[in-house]
Formats: sequence, structure tokens, C-alpha cells
Amino acid sequence: MIEVRDLTKRYPGRTAVDGISFTVGRGEVVGFLGPNGAGKSTTMRILSSFMPATSGTVRIAGFDVFHQPDEVRRRIGYMPENNPLHIDMRVRDYLKFRARLKGLGLGRSRERVDRVIEQCGLKDVEKRIIGQLSKGYRQRVGLADALVHEPDLIILDEPTIGLDPHQLRSVRALIKELGRQHTVLLSTHILTEVEMTCSRVLILNQGRILAADRVEDLESRFSQDGRVVAEIEATPEAIREAFRDLPEVASIDIQAAAGRFQRVALTPRAGEDLRPLVFEQVRQQDWGLRELTRPRLSLEDIFIHLTQKKKGGGL
Amino acid sequence: MGVFLTLVRRELGAAFNSLTGYVVVAITLLLAGFGLMDIVQRLNSDRTPSPIPEIFFADGIVFWLILILTTPVITMRTFASEKALGTYEALMTTPVGEWQVVLAKFTGSLTFYLLSWAPLIGVLIVLRQVTHQPQLLDPWAMCGVLTGIACIGSTFLSIGVFASSLTRSQIIAAMTSLLIGIGMWTISLRFSQTDTTGDRLGRLMDHLSVTHHMQDFARGVLDGRALVFHLSVTFFFLFLTQRVIEMRRWK
Repeated sequence: MIEVRDLTKRYPGRTAVDGISFTVGRGEVVGFLGPNGAGKSTTMRILSSFMPATSGTVRIAGFDVFHQPDEVRRRIGYMPENNPLHIDMRVRDYLKFRARLKGLGLGRSRERVDRVIEQCGLKDVEKRIIGQLSKGYRQRVGLADALVHEPDLIILDEPTIGLDPHQLRSVRALIKELGRQHTVLLSTHILTEVEMTCSRVLILNQGRILAADRVEDLESRFSQDGRVVAEIEATPEAIREAFRDLPEVASIDIQAAAGRFQRVALTPRAGEDLRPLVFEQVRQQDWGLRELTRPRLSLEDIFIHLTQKKKGGGL
Repeated sequence: MGVFLTLVRRELGAAFNSLTGYVVVAITLLLAGFGLMDIVQRLNSDRTPSPIPEIFFADGIVFWLILILTTPVITMRTFASEKALGTYEALMTTPVGEWQVVLAKFTGSLTFYLLSWAPLIGVLIVLRQVTHQPQLLDPWAMCGVLTGIACIGSTFLSIGVFASSLTRSQIIAAMTSLLIGIGMWTISLRFSQTDTTGDRLGRLMDHLSVTHHMQDFARGVLDGRALVFHLSVTFFFLFLTQRVIEMRRWK
């Protein structure tokens, strides 16, 4: 659906996007992740043919964004940063106006506006002036606008920014639902959002792609060599004694925890799962146990890890 | 065509939904009121008063004040506010053409501008009835006046639309077109007062003088050269606007 090759955008004195390449297949929901100023919005503006690139090619549904911009615009539903709307218009009028701009005929636009109003839960507010709506509803209006001409691809630039937790939840659910019928590319710097809504993630920093993978694969690739943490009710000496001679354990670290418990961190020698082993020992020694986990590296940790290294190459 | 009309409707909607739209109407009516007082005074004191259009549109400065003050306010919104709000990005990522956008914004401004004149024209017609002197408001002169309002208005509005396309700030857009407007008016005043038997430059400037054009229009003289002049200037500035948009889109 999207094919980006060696895309570069230079502003005077600054390179916003530095030779990135990626593809997005039909039906995927892809999250564009990166700190502020990483080049997310710039890339999206180029993809939606709002502005041209310095070099490189972008094809959307087989059409080149530079040479066939109108074909591309017809196939993209784009919600720009901060979701700009004509706040003096009523919801239904606004959506109808946008549908007409996107080339829908009178009858067809009425039909589609009815449909997206229902789809985005705007029935109750369709006659209200957009400026008087809450941010959550405005965001839905923006999404309805992106959907109204039945685009193949939906591009959303930070669709959930500034929403309260309830609004966040409903807008995310809506995006997730859109992912069932459309290809979606969304940008955000909220990591849980990507974890919740996207099947694949592109991590962008300083105009370069640092990682592009499925969320689970990223997590397993970056998790810390299978370390296991347990909280055991015993003396540190007894614990050290019990685990010292086991061949699977590479190192052991014991710290006092609240009560009579010890917090024990065990690193395996060859990446195996130590949890059954720990449980077995605890049972044999008849110790108390109140926690046994293998902490997974969250996307947040991966993100910080990747974006802190200044010159991070492709991983 | 459908898309064009949709855009024009949006422009008019924006004008009427905003405070600035009503400020424009208020300025026009206020200044027109002053002009009217002048007319009534002249009609009372002069034994053989000049026709109303000449008093109002040719001799007085009220028409020019209205034109110069309201056109920048009408047009400053067109591009600058859409850019500042970000709706410009939403607009330009739909498959609309640059010309459609430029012409729709101009047409919307022109329509609003003409509507803001409507009350005054009504008042003049009432004045004609009250004075019982039909020669004071010759229908031909009235047609000339309307043509003049539309033509010279188009020139000023196209300059305003162009100024608005250059910036995100409505204030800068308004100031730019206000300055150009005042400049055109003062230069025109200076040259419309020199006699036409002067040197070549003087004669050329006389042809270009917008105040001279309006004097002709107010007498009911439809000078083709003036019409062509205003249509070309309008087209020229709309063309520049289109170029600016296209450049921003592709460079």
C-alpha cells in the first residue's frame, strides 16, 4: 500500500527526514513512533502529498505522490497534526463540505456522511457547532472526515493527543476498528497506544528509522536475556546455597525486601526459562514465595534504549 | 463546478460566521452614514446640486475610505487564517485544484464585498424618491457606479487575496494590502488632478488613476480601457496567488 524509498526532506539548515525506506502492506495498522521532532509529521505530510520531498520516491496504492498527487489524495484519508477543523461549522455540514471537496457527488456524499456519523458515534452531536464540542468529539469528527470518501489508506498524525483517559479509550477503540477494513498509518509518541492499536511499529529518531518490526518481536528481541525475579521468604545464605550449584544459573543477586523476604534476581546461562526451577527449589525447601516473574522489556524501554544512542544504526 | 461552489459557500459561511464580517458591514454603514450627511447638506445648500453619484463616488472620499478599509479586512482571512489554523493542510490534501481554491476565495470575497454595499445603494434609491428630482440619480450613472464598485473592488480584493496567500498572519496580510491600497489611492489622487495635456508620464498615470476611473464611472461613462485595466490587474494578482500556492505545494 505504501512504498517509501530513500525519502529525504531537507529544510534550510536541517535534515528532517534522512533517507528512510519502508513499506506498509494492505490491511496493516502501523505505528509511527518517535520523539518530538523525529520527522514523523514531515514524513506524513509528504505521504499525503501536502509537500514534496527533497529526494526519494513514495508510491501509495501504486501511484507516485509527486507525479499523480490527485490520484493519491483521492485514496488517502489524512488527519493532520492537531486535527484542524472549521470550528464555526456544524458537524454534519462540515463532513458534507469535506466529502464534496474530496470529489463525492451530492447523493453519495449524503450517504457517506450518514454512514461515518454513525460509525464514529457522532449522531448526538451532528447538528452542533464544532467549536462547542469536547476534544474527544472533535477528534471523532477528524476521523470521520478522514473516512468519509472511503480511502484505502488512513494517515493519522497524533490522533489521540490531549485527550482524557475516557476519550483516549474510545478513540483508540475506533482506530482499532478502522484497522479491520483499512490500512492505517498513525503517529504518536505514546507507547502504550502503539502496543494497543498497532500490528507493526516503525521507530523514528532524527530522521532515520531505528527499528521496524512487530511489537512482540521487538519486545522479545530486546528483552534482557531471560532474567527471572522472585521474592522468597528465607535467609540470603540459604537461597545462595540452594542455587549456587545449579548449572542453569549464571549469576544470582539477592537484596532484602519488605518483611522477611528477599528479592532474588537470577540470570540463566543460556537463555532458558528459570521459573519452573525456582518454583521447584522453593517447594523442596518449603520456603514462602510471593512473586515470581520474568520481566519483559516494555516498548517504552526499547524506545528509550534506541533513541538515547545518538548514532543508532538500523537494528 | 460543484466543488467550486462548495468552496465559495464555505468562504461566505466563514465571513458571516465571523466577527470580522460584521465589523466590515459596520464600517461600511458608518462611513456611508457620514457620506450621506454630506450629500444631504450639499442637496440643501446648492441651488443646482450635482447628481448624487458624483457627490458620493467622485468628489467625496467616503467611497475610497470604505474601499481601502474594508477590502483588506474582507480578504485577510482567506489564506492566512486557514494556514494559521491548519485547515489549509486539510484543504490542500484533498484533490482540489489550486485555481479552484484561488477563484473560490476571490469569488467569496467579492460576493461579500458587494453584499456589504447593498444597504447603501438602497439608501441612495430612497434618497432619489425623497428629493423628487430624478435627474439626481440617473439609472445609467447608477449602473456606472455599480460597475465601478465591482471593478475597482475586484482590483483591491485580488491584491488582498494575494497578500493573504503570502503569510500566516492575518494582521500582516491586512497591513500589506492596506498599504498597497493607500499607495494606489494617493498616487491616483495626485495624477487625476493634473491636466491631461501634460507630458507622457502624466497622461499614462492619468489612465491608470483609479480615482479618475471612478469619476468616469460615476458620470455613467463606461470606459473600456478602465474595465480592461481592472480586469487585468485582478487576473494578474490572482495568477500570482495561484503561483504562490503552487510553489508552496511543490517546492
